[in-house]
Amino acid sequence: MDVQTLTIIMVGASFALYIAIAIWARAGSTKEFYVAGGGVHPVANGMATAADWMSAASFISMAGIISFIGYDGSVYLMGWTGGYVLLALCLAPYLRKFGKFTVPDFIGDRYYSQVARRVAVLCAIFVSFTYIAGQMRGVGVVFSRFLEVEVATGVILGGIVVFFYAVLGGMKGITYTQVAQYCVLIFAYTVPAIFISMLMTGNPIPQLGFGDKEAGTEVFILDKLDGLSRELGFTEYTSGNKSTIDVFFITAALMVGTAGLPHVIVRFFTVPKVRDARKSAGWALLFIAFLYTTAPAVATFARVNMVNTINGPEAHGTEYAKAPSWIKNWEKTGLISWEDKNGDGKMFYSGDERNEMKVDRDIIVLANPEIADLPAWVIALVAAGGIAAALSTSAGLLLVISTSISHDLLKRDLAPDISDKKELMFARIAAATAIVFSGLLGIYPPGFVAQVVAFAFGLAAASFFPAIILGIFTKSMNKEGAIAGMVTGVLFTTAYIVYFKFVDPSANNAEHWWFGVSPEGIGTLGMMLNFVVSIVVSRMTPSTPIEVQELVESIRFPKGSGAAHDH
Amino acid sequence: MAFESGDKAKAYWSENVRLMLILLSVWFVVSFGCGILFVDELNSIRMGGFKLGFWFAQQGSIYVFVCLIFIYVWLMNKLDAKYGVREE
Repeated sequence: MDVQTLTIIMVGASFALYIAIAIWARAGSTKEFYVAGGGVHPVANGMATAADWMSAASFISMAGIISFIGYDGSVYLMGWTGGYVLLALCLAPYLRKFGKFTVPDFIGDRYYSQVARRVAVLCAIFVSFTYIAGQMRGVGVVFSRFLEVEVATGVILGGIVVFFYAVLGGMKGITYTQVAQYCVLIFAYTVPAIFISMLMTGNPIPQLGFGDKEAGTEVFILDKLDGLSRELGFTEYTSGNKSTIDVFFITAALMVGTAGLPHVIVRFFTVPKVRDARKSAGWALLFIAFLYTTAPAVATFARVNMVNTINGPEAHGTEYAKAPSWIKNWEKTGLISWEDKNGDGKMFYSGDERNEMKVDRDIIVLANPEIADLPAWVIALVAAGGIAAALSTSAGLLLVISTSISHDLLKRDLAPDISDKKELMFARIAAATAIVFSGLLGIYPPGFVAQVVAFAFGLAAASFFPAIILGIFTKSMNKEGAIAGMVTGVLFTTAYIVYFKFVDPSANNAEHWWFGVSPEGIGTLGMMLNFVVSIVVSRMTPSTPIEVQELVESIRFPKGSGAAHDH
Repeated sequence: MAFESGDKAKAYWSENVRLMLILLSVWFVVSFGCGILFVDELNSIRMGGFKLGFWFAQQGSIYVFVCLIFIYVWLMNKLDAKYGVREE
C-alpha cells in the first residue's frame, strides 16, 4: 500500500475513535462540561494534561527548532517542562482546594472584585485565541502534505471532529479523547525516533543514543555534529548563539507562562482530591518528558542525516538529478527549495555564502521518517500523531474560551440568574462559535500568528502567575494591588513586544533590547514588575476583608476539598 | 477548623512552605544553574558523548523535574497525615 492510502486509514481510524469516545462521554451538566464532574483519575488526567499541553508546536516544530539552533533550543525543553514543577508545588493543589471551575473564578473571588474577574477573562480569551490559530494551521499543514488536500479542507475536517467531542462532551469528552490522543501522538513520535537511533548508533534508546558513537565509527554523534557545524559555518551545535541573560529570561518566561496558562491550570480542577492534583501534575510531566527528552535526540540525528544527504558523504554536494525522493516531495509544499548558485548542478547546504538550500525547520519531524528511509506506515503514523497533537490542544483551548464566556462572563458576572441548563447551552454555543472563528484563523492565517506565540507565554507570565501566587501565599494582597499588578504586567509586556515586533522590527536586536532581553523573554521582567507593583500598591490601600483571609486559610490544607467543589 | 489549634495550622503551613522552597532551589540549580549560568564550566566535563552542561540543559534537568514532583507528592502526603488534614 502506498503512503497516502495508509495515511488515510490511520487518520480515519483515529478520528473514528475520537468520535466514538465523544458519544460515550456526553456531558449532562455544567459541572461535567467544565471539569468532567471532578472525577477523573489522576493518571488519566496526567495523560490528558500531557496531550492538552503538547501542541502542534511541540510535535511538529520543536525538534526542528532545536535541530537548527542546537543548545539555544534548550530554552524550550527546560521552559516547557520546568513550569510543571511550579504548577505542582505552588499552584495546582491550592487551586484544586479552592474548587471552582476557572482561573478567572479564582481571581474574581480571591480579589473580591468583578474588575479583576473581567481582566482575567480578557487575558484568558486572548491567550487562548493566540494559541488556537496556530493549532488549526498545524492540522491544515499536515492534511495538505500527507493527504494532498487543500489546507482549507484539512482545517474544516479537523474542525468538524473537534466540534463533535468538544461541543457534545465538554471537558468530559475532551479528557477521554485526550487520553487516546496522547497514546497516538507519543507512539507516533517515539517509533521513528527509535528506528533512527538504531540506524545511526545501534542504540535503541534515543535519549542515550545521541550521546553515543556513530555506528561503525569511533566518533561521537555530537562531536561529529559540532565538527560539521564548524566546517559549514554554523554555530557549534552544543554551544549557543544567544547571550546567557537572554537564555535565562526566555526560559523563565516559558516556565512561568506554562504555570499561568489557563487551559493547563483548569485540568487540575478535574481530579477528585487535592492530593490527586499534586500526583496528577507528576504524571503529566512524566508523560510530557517522554516526548521532550526524545526531541533533542531526534533533532541531533535529523541534523546529521540531513546535512549528509544534501552535501553527500564527501561534503562536495549531491547532484540534484540524483536527489532522494523526500526532497522532491517536500519541494511541492515549499518547505524546502534549492537554488543552483554556482551552476554545478549539485545541492549544497551551509551557514555561509556557499549555501544553496532553503530548509524550513518544520520539515525535521514531518520528513524525518522519509529522510531516514523508514517504512511507509511510520510516515502515516507521524501524520496521525501530528493531527492528534493539534486537535487535543485546540479542544482544551476551546473549552477555556467557552467557559470564560458562559461561566465567567455570564453566570458569574452579567446574568447570574440563568439556570444550569441554559448556562450549558451558552457554553455549547460559545464553543461552536469559537471553533468557526479559529477555523477561519487557520484558513486565513494573519501574518502575525508566529510572531505572537511568545506573547501568549509572556502575557500569562506577566498577568496570572503573580496574581495567583500572591493570592495563595499572602493574605494581605488586596484587590487594588492585584489589579494594578496585572494591568502593569500586561501593558509593559504588550508594549515591549508590540514595539519590537510591529512598530520597529529593524531595532529587534540585542543592541536595542533592555538588559539584552529579547521580546521572547520579556514576560519575566513583566512578571517581576507585576510582583513589585502589587506589593507596593497593596501596602498603601485598605487591607483584605476578613472572609477573604479565611478563604486563603482554607485553601492551604487539603481536608474538605469535596465539599468546596460542590459550592 | 480542620486543625487542632491555630498553632498547628501555622506549623503545617511553615513546614509546607519550607519543603516547597527546598525543592524549588533544586529546581533552580539544575535548570538555571547547571543548564544556563554554569553551562560553559560544566561543558568541560564529559559524560560519554555528552558535554555535561549541554546534557543538563537538554536531558538532565527534565529528569530531575519529574523526580521533584513525585518527591513532593510523597512528602506532602506524609505531612498531611501528620497534621490530620488528609482527605477521606
